[in-house]
Amino acid sequence: MQRHLISAADLTRDDAVLILDTAEEMARVADRPIKKLPTLRGRTIVNLFFEDSTRTRISFEAAEKRLSADVINFTAKGSSVSKGESLKDTAQTLEAMGVDAVVIRHGASGAPYRLANSGWIDAAVINAGDGTHQHPTQALLDAFTMRRRLIGRDAGLGQDLSGRRITVVGDVLHSRVARSNVDLLHTLGAEVTLVAPPTLVPVGVENWPCEVSYDLDSTLPKCDAVMMLRVQRERMNAAFFPTEREYSRRYGLDGDRMARLPEHAIVMHPGPMVRGMEITAEVADSDRCTAVEQVSNGVSIRMAVLYLLLGGNEPAVTRPTGSEEK
Amino acid sequence: MSKILIRGAKVLGGEPQDVLIDGETIAEVGTGLSAEGAEVVEAGGKVLLPGLVDLHTHLREPGREDSETVLTGTRAAASGGYTAVFAMANTFPVADTAGVVEQVYRLGREHGYCDVQPIGAVTVGLEGRKLAELGAMHESAAGVTVFSDDGKCVDDAVIMRRALEYVKAFGGVVAQHAQEPRLTEGAQMNEGVVSAELGLGGWPAVAEESIIARDVLLAEHVGSRVHICHLSTAGSVEIVRWAKSRGIDVTAEVTPHHLLLTDELVRSYNPVYKVNPPLRTERDVMALREALADGTIDIVATDHAPHPHEDKDCEWAAAAMGMVGLETALSVVQETMVATGLLDWAGVADRMSVKPAQIGQAAGHGRPVSAGEPANLTLVDTEYRGQVDPAGFASRSRNTPYEGRELPGRVTHTWLRGKATLVDGKLT
Repeated sequence: MQRHLISAADLTRDDAVLILDTAEEMARVADRPIKKLPTLRGRTIVNLFFEDSTRTRISFEAAEKRLSADVINFTAKGSSVSKGESLKDTAQTLEAMGVDAVVIRHGASGAPYRLANSGWIDAAVINAGDGTHQHPTQALLDAFTMRRRLIGRDAGLGQDLSGRRITVVGDVLHSRVARSNVDLLHTLGAEVTLVAPPTLVPVGVENWPCEVSYDLDSTLPKCDAVMMLRVQRERMNAAFFPTEREYSRRYGLDGDRMARLPEHAIVMHPGPMVRGMEITAEVADSDRCTAVEQVSNGVSIRMAVLYLLLGGNEPAVTRPTGSEEK
Repeated sequence: MSKILIRGAKVLGGEPQDVLIDGETIAEVGTGLSAEGAEVVEAGGKVLLPGLVDLHTHLREPGREDSETVLTGTRAAASGGYTAVFAMANTFPVADTAGVVEQVYRLGREHGYCDVQPIGAVTVGLEGRKLAELGAMHESAAGVTVFSDDGKCVDDAVIMRRALEYVKAFGGVVAQHAQEPRLTEGAQMNEGVVSAELGLGGWPAVAEESIIARDVLLAEHVGSRVHICHLSTAGSVEIVRWAKSRGIDVTAEVTPHHLLLTDELVRSYNPVYKVNPPLRTERDVMALREALADGTIDIVATDHAPHPHEDKDCEWAAAAMGMVGLETALSVVQETMVATGLLDWAGVADRMSVKPAQIGQAAGHGRPVSAGEPANLTLVDTEYRGQVDPAGFASRSRNTPYEGRELPGRVTHTWLRGKATLVDGKLT
């Protein structure tokens, strides 16, 4: 493992499998009456959020607290950042307060990379989403969800996703989730197909380790999981597609399309969902849709990442000696 | 006036010769010239070129004296071997009136390191709507002949047409910053494989090429001449080549950084590589070198763009675009064009002095190294190789992409009308 987690592309297959396996251990903690481990006691983690993202921040915060870390939440709104303070000064100020790790969400692609590589601070940096670049913990929790559902909770341990066929549908151009998933799923041996209108596929995609299709219907019958990306309504104002209705008709997942998926296939969504746009309520609420599961898996994944980056050599979960787990 | 004898200099890279400067003029060029009454500079096989001329410099004064002033910028120019620089109009206030261009011109003359020829804005406030008083700037003491909204594109086809037509009255030239604005909204780097991966907004080649195509056709239609600033793509080369073959009066410049660096460097997210137009691909770099060698691209211009440290010590999207270039330009050209065999030193003199002086009508610059010509000269130690150390820059800013990179060549002496501005690598 590296000292920072900036991009899903930085993870080797073994790193990724280790994180997924560790997350399974962490998930068991969630089943206990007291959902807490002492692993990061005395360590301080700051959640440095320059972009609003309640769900990701809460997920990290839950993970940090379950590992007994001291947590500082920093949001840009109303802080010195809104008064013109630079990223460098903000980070150095926080580090001066004794922070061991920075979980950063930033609207600018590459901001976490800069934070980790510019010599500004020494703390470990974890990317919680940067611009349209990367969101590595999202890709990890997605892979975790796929492995559990497609292979099994225990059967999946030590396994990657070799040969699984994953379709990612939607606004690939503006999506850090798509980029992270393509990188990680490829590393884990899966075959990825991106499906989007040509306007929402970046120029340069030909070098990505995946297939690109403009036709959703032809990819559905042969995939193990279909991941729907959020499509913001305002995109149509920039002529990425004509209308919301046309988008839904061509690229939205409704009950009819879901019926064409293989029986074992799952429907994923990183949230927040735009019901009626990329996904219908019927699909979103079906038991094939793992959106809610992905959220709880997110906490386990983030615990695993924090533990592996900060926890050092101690075992993550001490074997139960008392009555705690009965 | 004093005499200076430059002994044993390879004039334009040729056989060693002596060059005698008397006052402001070259008195004699030959072998075994008498040193009597002259201060002697032993050239020892260094290459002597006509003083370099930069058609594209940002001196930042007035308005952004925290990044550069006319004084620090012209000192940087002298350090880099330049005897004349054309100062871009995007200052605060914008150089769109006779008053501003005269101020910049006068400051250059007063400081005496390098002639400063102001470029006038094409449109008022660089806003692209209303022509600035081009005639008044031309008739001012600054004698402006080059007009540019550089930093912004004159994107309105009618305004561009009118500007091209209007400057014909006094033999001016419009230098276009070719960037279709709608195609580059939110643009952060070259659009391609690397931008797709990094998630940075793309600046597609077509945004440059479509404007160049339009403007060469406009220039043809109205019978004017147009100059293309910082041409950066292989496609732009093809369009300019086609235009020239058709007899259209177009000239084009390339920056040193576009001859050497590619968008792969952006993977570091280090804003020192952020520049407009952006660094392109290896294929573009090779096409630009070839075009500069065959004359499709006429000149090298630095687009020297100083920025204070804080504007680069930040995340990519927040950073300013631009690189300083005056003090490294000749080294980069030696590395990319001379060391590769694409140009000899006479070719370098042509692309970095003769042609830019012609395009900008800089009287007394870009002249042959021969008796009777103004003594605007640059002596280069071409055998030198060393790492670029921005701490030694004369520029007020340090935003160079070459820090720590080993490059060949070092300017040791610069003379502006016979007066040394740089001696043994030190400013006078």
